[in-house]
Amino acid sequence: MAKRSIVPFGPQHPVLPEPVHLDLVLEDETVVGAIPSIGFIHRGLEKLVEKRDFKQYVYIAERVCGICSCGHGMGYCESVEHVMGIEVPKRAKYLRTIWMEMSRVHSHLLWLGLLADAMGFESLFMESWKLREKILDMFDATTGGRVIFSVNCVGGVLKDMDSAMLAAIARTVDDMEADMTPLFQTFLKDYTVQSRLKGLGVLPRDQAILQGAVGPMLRASGEEYDVRMLGYAAYSDLDVAPVTATAGDSYARCEVRLKEILQSFRLIREAIGKIPGGDISVPVKGNPNGEYFMRIEQPRGEAIYYVKANGTKNLDRFRLRTPTTSNIPPMVELLKGCQLADVPLIILTIDPCISCTER
Amino acid sequence: MGKLSKSPWLLHYDASSCNGCDIEVLDCLTPRYDVERFGVINTGDPFQADILLITGGVNSQTAPVVKQLYSQMPEPKVVLAVGICACTGGVFKECYNIRGGIDTVIPVDIYVPGCAARPEAIIDGVVKAVKLLDEKKEKIRAQKGREEQPGGTYGSEK
Amino acid sequence: MDQKNEIREITRDVFFATVIRMKMELWRLVQICAVRVEGGYDMSYSFCRNYEMVTLRLHVKEDEEISSITQVYPCAFLQENEAAELFGVKIRNLTVDYRSKLYRIDQETPFKEKG
Repeated sequence: MAKRSIVPFGPQHPVLPEPVHLDLVLEDETVVGAIPSIGFIHRGLEKLVEKRDFKQYVYIAERVCGICSCGHGMGYCESVEHVMGIEVPKRAKYLRTIWMEMSRVHSHLLWLGLLADAMGFESLFMESWKLREKILDMFDATTGGRVIFSVNCVGGVLKDMDSAMLAAIARTVDDMEADMTPLFQTFLKDYTVQSRLKGLGVLPRDQAILQGAVGPMLRASGEEYDVRMLGYAAYSDLDVAPVTATAGDSYARCEVRLKEILQSFRLIREAIGKIPGGDISVPVKGNPNGEYFMRIEQPRGEAIYYVKANGTKNLDRFRLRTPTTSNIPPMVELLKGCQLADVPLIILTIDPCISCTER
Repeated sequence: MGKLSKSPWLLHYDASSCNGCDIEVLDCLTPRYDVERFGVINTGDPFQADILLITGGVNSQTAPVVKQLYSQMPEPKVVLAVGICACTGGVFKECYNIRGGIDTVIPVDIYVPGCAARPEAIIDGVVKAVKLLDEKKEKIRAQKGREEQPGGTYGSEK
Repeated sequence: MDQKNEIREITRDVFFATVIRMKMELWRLVQICAVRVEGGYDMSYSFCRNYEMVTLRLHVKEDEEISSITQVYPCAFLQENEAAELFGVKIRNLTVDYRSKLYRIDQETPFKEKG
């Protein structure tokens, strides 16, 4: 039998900008087990609901994570609105959807860049991040912020877009779609990328369900599950369908994310075409009382927001189950049996967001 | 002829940031902002770094890591705190697992506020850090002229 | 599609059997959440199948021990460890038991007391 050894991975590792630690149990070069240990970015944000009132807490929820910021704000607001029975104006719902889909494009492009960087494909990394700047410019023009832009509030949104702005977004989306084509070709057709990703970290469908995978990770294994189908925000009016792949390997996960970018472009255009006029928020009176589980589809997968209120301005409990929390157990499964050199790439293909996970 | 500045190498560490500042720091290295114009490159090795760039407030988990990274860097070194959390603790200040800004653990030279700090502000901070690095180097050189021994420059912590 | 979202109160004696049945019926474990209530905790275990969501709500007294569901759903280990560390819920037979060293925070069970 080969000799067992334990190799620490992280907390500071070049492939991830965030600190996470894994103890890898090795037999020669093969990984036989992995024990994750987190806690480097734990801040205790869920506890802050006791100190901030439910309207102020939106800003804290948005700072759970800088990449998924828009989604967290929206998920929190929608769950509080459900508890209070507030009907948000249609225009606000459409605006939320447009910003949310733009966030998805920005998050996926960021991930594609990091993936290229992990493979050592430096020019592809630069190319992806160059494209991403266009989306950040649109965030800047519409909200004034680049990554954390605080547009959601309980009862609607804080900023409106005029028709010239909406047309500008539609134009940018068209431009980006044209610019995406070479990127698409390289990620899906390039020999180097294929040889690095194909057959690496295969997650079969039954394992994905048993281990509780979510988002692109689950859809790449062939399960059609996308929470946007539930029709929160304006998704009920739009033509959404889960993007799936069947192979379940790293290449399939990359493919799903690439196709989701195209789907988001289509959704943004559709929402801009259908957006109604009217108010962007309704006044909120009184305090929430009750509880609700809200599910929304973040770029990384399904996130669950639980709100329990007791009729005062402070909530009793706010719980956020982020996509990465659910994706860590399947990732640990995937690592068993892989080669040590493949570990960084497999960890990256789940698109880990550690500051979300630890809150 | 004027003296040339050194091309400083930068070490980035995420103490307990929300990622917002981190992706902006990475953004500075990519085509749009490109801090490599100033000779700055991002390194993963504290032994070769001149500037320590930290995002996020400090908690009990990351405090020893930050201290260790700082002590491993050779003199002269500059510490740059990016984002309001790294400066004071920011919105997370009242959380049970946040100690406060980076200056509760190590001395900070330059503060870059903002939530998230914009790339322009980060570049401004880095350019200031380059200048400060030159000044610190000059000071060490002057000291070296006075004394025979330059004193521990490696792994020294003041 | 409406958000199908049901909360079922459940007692301790049928809890484990229900969880096993959920697994046989191919429900996916999506979420475990602890809430501090007077004299104990409310543990909520949420499951999804297709787009349906069911939450099992178990009331636990403060000094009562519950057994872990990691034997049935191995992926529960992170969230159960979290509930044990932050709330002080006593969970028995965790498959990967971090023994309150998941987040390694200074303060013990910060969510146990209000304020």
